[in-house]
Amino acid sequence: MEGIAAVLIPFLIEKMVLIVIVFAVTLGIAMYATLAERKFAAFFQDRIGPDRAGPFGLLQPLADGVKFFFKEEMMPSHSDKMLFVLGPCLSMIAACMTAAVVPWGDHILLFGRTIFLQITDLNFGILYLAGVVSIGVYGIMIGGWASNNKFSLLSTIRASSQMISYELAMGLSLVSLTLLTGSLSLRDIVMGQPGGHWNIWVQPLGFLIFLVCSFAEANRVPFDLAECETELIGGYHTEYSSMKLGFYLFAEYINMFIASAVMSTLYFGGFQFPGLHSLGLAPSLVTLLGVAVLFTKIFGFMFFFIWVRWTLPRFRYDQLMRLGWKILVPLSILNMLVTAGVALWFY
Amino acid sequence: MLLTHRSVIASHKKMSFWERLYLPAILGGLRITLKHFFLKKVTIRYPEVKRLFAPVYRGLHVLKRDDNGAERCTACGLCAVACPAEAITMDAAERKPGEEGLYREEKYAAKYEINMLRCIFCGLCEEACPKEAIFLTDRLVPAQYNRPDFIFGKDKLVEPPDARVDISDRQNLGETRC
Repeated sequence: MEGIAAVLIPFLIEKMVLIVIVFAVTLGIAMYATLAERKFAAFFQDRIGPDRAGPFGLLQPLADGVKFFFKEEMMPSHSDKMLFVLGPCLSMIAACMTAAVVPWGDHILLFGRTIFLQITDLNFGILYLAGVVSIGVYGIMIGGWASNNKFSLLSTIRASSQMISYELAMGLSLVSLTLLTGSLSLRDIVMGQPGGHWNIWVQPLGFLIFLVCSFAEANRVPFDLAECETELIGGYHTEYSSMKLGFYLFAEYINMFIASAVMSTLYFGGFQFPGLHSLGLAPSLVTLLGVAVLFTKIFGFMFFFIWVRWTLPRFRYDQLMRLGWKILVPLSILNMLVTAGVALWFY
Repeated sequence: MLLTHRSVIASHKKMSFWERLYLPAILGGLRITLKHFFLKKVTIRYPEVKRLFAPVYRGLHVLKRDDNGAERCTACGLCAVACPAEAITMDAAERKPGEEGLYREEKYAAKYEINMLRCIFCGLCEEACPKEAIFLTDRLVPAQYNRPDFIFGKDKLVEPPDARVDISDRQNLGETRC
């Protein structure tokens, strides 16, 4: 009994600390992603953006958060109270849950223990990822349905049909990736891309499809038909106010962060970079460097998300469906078949 | 007949394969936005940095005093007559003995009001004034919460003797115009 406790308690402490760190970092980055979005939007439009709160506007996210908390809480009288509260919660939970399987770095030696910088290395990591991402749409659907508002309802219809259409292509591009890696564990996939042998070089089309689908899954422009300020006045969060609205908006940025992390992990070698092991540094230092490299990649992708948002207009609904079903799905099936043939022939 | 040279003849030709790919066009768009990312920003950080007014700018009025500090206005009413928006009202009064330091001539404006909500800042009052008493300056009319507060009386219009309002630019502009 004591033997089990001696193993279990340090393990639990280790995982708890990891969870807290990952959670805090995720929220912190999502917070500053809101500022980055506004700043970069301004830069793309030849403005300078918010610069009043703190130096360079660095305290702006705090000011926004405080504002959200102090806003009056409104609830439509004809709404389903429980679902109305459940919607933003689900969105937030689903957004945060994805971070559990992402390998943030290799292992470090601390207190005589080997600590892997990953909350859990599920051997079905990719499946978990796809599953949790598809739960994300429930937050939007439930919130929009409970609002009892025609705009919100239209938005949920769009969101759910968009999710279904793009998850298919996304899943198929993931299948072709796993045909090459031979594993569903994200750590194995990262370890399979040492140096500069990233998966993007063998799966360029798969990456492109995954990228487009990530935009759709994260509800980002040009696929933000669910939000659609101009047509649906905010869509599913039209009726929301105060921190519930904050949760929805925040979940979008967490999704963006996680999507960037997943793309870096799957196609850009995660925490691996060329010349990682030839530097001759201590293993723990190399690991920390790897974390820094991963975050550089993630920030690069997040910048790309913002960059695209302020470049492209929104798709029309029929264009969205055409792109999803008539272009991305056939392309990803083709990609999968070719990959399968090559894998069968050469491996 | 072609009215402008800006008209474009719309073509409904089918897009080529390269165009249907969209990606080249998207990359082109991304390139353009990235160029703007590094361009000089046009924003002026307002309270700290103020944009220069043009010399012809017509803002808040001032009622000038002469070099001895006496009010120049004699309440002749020409400005009120000239005003197309009928924003100016005044009451004239006769100068008492001993007030020579306050008012330049025998008659002065006991009350002089400009309704800033009516005023269109055309500057005709300035042109009508024979005594060079009223000028439009480069100052802004401050925002108010209530409509009555926009009726500016002599307390706000007459320049304080110790804080003269510089209108030399505006006067020089008048000379070059003539």
